[in-house]
Amino acid sequence: MEKFTVLNGIVAPLDRANVDTDAIIPKQFLKSIKRSGFGPNLFDAWRYQDVGEPGMDNTKRPLNPDFVLNQPRYKGASILLARKNFGCGSSREHAPWALVDYGFRAVIAPSFADIFYNNCFKNGLLPIVLTEMRIDHLFNEVNAFPGYKLTIDLERQMVITPDGATQIAFDVDAHRKHCLLNGLDDIGLSLRHADKIRAFEARRRTEQPWLFG
Amino acid sequence: MPQTLYDKLWASHVVHAEDDGTALLYIDRHLVHEVTSPQAFEGLRLAGRKPWRIDSIVATADHNTPTTDWNEGIKDPISRLQVETLDANIREFGAKVYFPFLDRRQGIVHVIGPEQGATLPGMTVVCGDSHTSTHGAFACLAHGIGTSEVEHVLATQCLVQKKMQNMLVSVEGPLARGVTAKDVALAIIGRIGTAGGTASAIEFAGSSIRALSMEGRMTLCNMAIEAGARAGMVAVDDVTIAYLKGRTFAPTGENWNRAVAYWRTLTSDDGAQFDRVVRLDARDISPQVTWGTSPEMVVPVDGRVPDPEKEKDPTRREGMERALIYMGLKPNTRIEDIRLDKVFIGSCTNSRIEDLRAAAAMVRGKRVASNVRLALVVPGSGLVKAQAEQEGLDRVFRESGFQWREPGCSMCLAMNADRLEAGERCASTSNRNFEGRQGAGGRTHLVSPAMAAGAAIAGHFVDVRNWK
Repeated sequence: MEKFTVLNGIVAPLDRANVDTDAIIPKQFLKSIKRSGFGPNLFDAWRYQDVGEPGMDNTKRPLNPDFVLNQPRYKGASILLARKNFGCGSSREHAPWALVDYGFRAVIAPSFADIFYNNCFKNGLLPIVLTEMRIDHLFNEVNAFPGYKLTIDLERQMVITPDGATQIAFDVDAHRKHCLLNGLDDIGLSLRHADKIRAFEARRRTEQPWLFG
Repeated sequence: MPQTLYDKLWASHVVHAEDDGTALLYIDRHLVHEVTSPQAFEGLRLAGRKPWRIDSIVATADHNTPTTDWNEGIKDPISRLQVETLDANIREFGAKVYFPFLDRRQGIVHVIGPEQGATLPGMTVVCGDSHTSTHGAFACLAHGIGTSEVEHVLATQCLVQKKMQNMLVSVEGPLARGVTAKDVALAIIGRIGTAGGTASAIEFAGSSIRALSMEGRMTLCNMAIEAGARAGMVAVDDVTIAYLKGRTFAPTGENWNRAVAYWRTLTSDDGAQFDRVVRLDARDISPQVTWGTSPEMVVPVDGRVPDPEKEKDPTRREGMERALIYMGLKPNTRIEDIRLDKVFIGSCTNSRIEDLRAAAAMVRGKRVASNVRLALVVPGSGLVKAQAEQEGLDRVFRESGFQWREPGCSMCLAMNADRLEAGERCASTSNRNFEGRQGAGGRTHLVSPAMAAGAAIAGHFVDVRNWK
């Protein structure tokens, strides 16, 4: 997993609540057996004017000029500003895969759906929860200033505005932060407790033998 | 200290806990399907790892499988590759049991787990699918996980988790005739919203819930994720135990007795504390119909499509306006005046035998309306299909003009050939009415099986409480 330390990037605003993972990456692209290449189909139904199917040359498809990511000022955005309950619905990890493949490294929203939130951390994508008031303010700023950038410092747990004047603290749990900062995959970390897992399992096998075999 | 059911399930699976509360949680049952597992198996392979405990794995192919012409195989080459990849991965790594495409016990992963007795009370159950919450009906801690976590469970038999909050949703009183578990689920989501259960495990309790069959409880827990809660659950009672007895993978003999004695303890203690409590009166619950593009956009069948102008919150109002445009609906339209193009009865929410019986009872001796161009019944599993055929339900559906299909996820998410075309309007017993969920541009109204069946016959929504 790619490390996340300090990110400075263009912010793209996606001004709708309850963005579900079906919208982030529609089901027809879930037929892939790979974990890369989903970026061109991120928000596919909103982004293009035709219906996308796997195997299409996406560079030749007609873009929806009204969709925010198609506006030139948000080209190269690496921070997505979103509304509440972002990532609700299906558990598909293809959603964070698509966001990362597109170039996003952070999503800022007032709230996230649990499974999506969890999946982000496994892929070097930082989900940041800020208050609705802060988010409203950021939407105003992004809309007012083309090329608006934020800096996100994970070590210090701060979102910093372009002029450096405002530093907004955010929460992230210690284990996830550690994994992101160091680019660690947690299978290796968990396997340090292999003996404990084996001991737990042995006891369980005695107490509830019907769960085994 | 008195514990909730969730407290008990959590505590009995903690292998190791860090100071910040992050825990390694032991996983008893790992359900695997073709869509969210290929990258996880590939990850194992690349790291030179093996599954920790093969006998925890129950696998099937369900999302991509066709519901017609099984003798012709899977025509879509990309879908076929994904299903064949699962075949190959199970061959290479192993499983307790695998129900591949064409097996007579194949079906939707959340239907076959309980059906086989592979879902047992007190288990932790995970699957790379958000509707894993279904299994909480058996007093399991069951929830969806992402593909990285699928790999993590394969490699370590554990998940890295933090404890969720305890939420109680209590429903008291008898449900009216024609009001089902699906309506209860939708009414709850209508009340608390699609983020109402975020960061919580919901226990469903109260006399209305205890009166539900296991099928009904599965429908309810299935929809917990649509209320934002990864896990939903119902305490063990006689209904749970009667359902499990004699199932293929349920314990037998002395183990059965020991298991039942333990299972009986899987209830919330008197005086257990919940972080949040929501109470509903069953008498207030009517048959429900969603009108928008989120399950919380729901009204009673005798209601009307709401008017965004009456919504004060600007984000909500914009969401409503966008939903109405997408759905092709005008504010204040009577729900019963909404006409349908297609009807889908199936999905992990409502494809079990009880669901099919309820739908069949509505349509017996009647004909699908002429404006409904496709009415589909997709049983949840091969065994559900066989049972329904034994009861003659397939004939009832066929004679009414429904198509009787092979089992699978089908038009719930339209990964196979079953889908809505742009602009088509569907009464669906599935779980999500998101934009494009059942096909690009398709318009989904979520309802119970009886409501979907009634709508197929009438050609528009009807209040099943008045059905003759």
